[in-house]
Amino acid sequence: MYTRADCASVIARRPVRAPMLRAADPGGEIALADTHILPQPSMTAPTPGAASSGIVISDLTLRFGARTIFDGLKLVVAPETFVVLLGTSGVGKSSLLKIVAGLARPTAGRVTTTDGGPLTGHVAYMGQTDLLYPWLTVAANVTVGARLRGNKPDPSRALHLLERVGLADRAQALPSELSGGMRQRAAIARTLYEDRPIVLMDEPFSALDTFTRARIQDLAAELLSGRTVLMITHDPLEACRLGDHLLVLSGTPATLGPPITVRGATPRAPDDPELLRTQGRLMTLLTPQAPR
Amino acid sequence: MNALRGLSRPLITAGGFLALWWIFASVTAVPAYLLPGPWSVAQALWNQRDLLFWSALVTFGEVIAGLFIGTVLGALFGLMIVFSPLMQRWLMPLLLLSQAIPVFALAPLLVLWFGFGMASKIVMAVLVIFFPVTAAFADGLRRTDRGLLDLAATMNASPLSVLRHVRLPAALPAFGSGLRVAAAIAPIGAIIGEWVGSSAGLGYVMLNANARIETDVMLAALLVLSVMTIVLWVVVDRLLRRVLFWVPDTTASV
Repeated sequence: MYTRADCASVIARRPVRAPMLRAADPGGEIALADTHILPQPSMTAPTPGAASSGIVISDLTLRFGARTIFDGLKLVVAPETFVVLLGTSGVGKSSLLKIVAGLARPTAGRVTTTDGGPLTGHVAYMGQTDLLYPWLTVAANVTVGARLRGNKPDPSRALHLLERVGLADRAQALPSELSGGMRQRAAIARTLYEDRPIVLMDEPFSALDTFTRARIQDLAAELLSGRTVLMITHDPLEACRLGDHLLVLSGTPATLGPPITVRGATPRAPDDPELLRTQGRLMTLLTPQAPR
Repeated sequence: MNALRGLSRPLITAGGFLALWWIFASVTAVPAYLLPGPWSVAQALWNQRDLLFWSALVTFGEVIAGLFIGTVLGALFGLMIVFSPLMQRWLMPLLLLSQAIPVFALAPLLVLWFGFGMASKIVMAVLVIFFPVTAAFADGLRRTDRGLLDLAATMNASPLSVLRHVRLPAALPAFGSGLRVAAAIAPIGAIIGEWVGSSAGLGYVMLNANARIETDVMLAALLVLSVMTIVLWVVVDRLLRRVLFWVPDTTASV
């Protein structure tokens, strides 16, 4: 039952060199032998303003009473990699992301950065809804992090980010005056304002229609490049368009399947042959588990 | 134009009510001490305008003071029972007890303790007002959107900052609902206090008129009281709408 979980997955954007593996393995718990190493030819390699940082999930266990959601989960996400987590509803994807975000406590195990430190202060979070504060203008929502930390907001940086997501002319509007796509773009601007090396996204675009979603995906791929992203989605197309590596979480207790690597620069075209092939593979992997 | 249309409905209702009243009074020929016609009430309103005005001012003062103190107390209690489990355990039974005893039953005691002046009426108004504010505010504070709190947590917000920037603004619409209820029922406390023992105010006027079977004066005072209550409610409602500009409004305006 645990055969797949027993091997940790190391997900790397660039060819993996020994020093990097050591850095990604602070506790020395992850043996090379049972680790998926997935080197990927480096494509565009923009370096973000914030120091890049990856995610190390070590022996993560979550139980709710007698129910075990996952047991001894291991995963290493190398810096500047876009990883997509797929799985059927209720399998524990959101719980995993919440633990990584520091919003929930695991029963056992820990999550650190690839430097070995805690993730606090290194992650930005995007939830299933835009999570814009309805009483703040779009511009104030973008800078809400500064306000919450008691710092002085930087309105010019906010405006610059709103320009990049194409919302500069709606800076003074209230969220309720925006369309769903616009709200999601404002949420991206807010995420970028935080300027954290790691971005966690829980089905961020699921509420949008297909075409608006495709546009937002293009924008996300462009603006989040150079950051480490862990994204949950139900949408195989979305996963294949954006992800460098795709992971399927399945079973009770949930285990991570072997990582699926998608080649080619993101965002991939919806008719890209590699994308279509991977999408088909994902459908066969995920469909048998769907409730009938 | 819009304002006219907004006013036309209450005017039609009032006109219809007056017409029915007038027809009923003249057809059945009920003695005036039981049911005076609209005209004699209007005359009483005019003849007693000085008395009614000053009495209304006293009652209004009691209501406003009660509303202010009750709202502040209600907000404090709401905060305390939401953020301190200890406070919730000790305070909640007391708050419930304060509502379990009818204000009417407490009124004579309160008049005895706080005197015939405005103080006892303000205390009664506070007793009536604070509870809906506490209940609504506490409810609003407890129902903050989990996602908004999660987002604030990933942004390293301190608990105090979360309270100030997330929980409080998110609870304001619920607080507003409590305040609207409070504004509508605030005069109850004040009037009960005046009925039980006072030397001024609309309740005092009504009590005296009742004793002297001046039913027209009684009704005139009642009219002033209802107009006062409605105006108070509308003002509170408009203020809340202005403060809560961001709350999507799906209801028709009053």
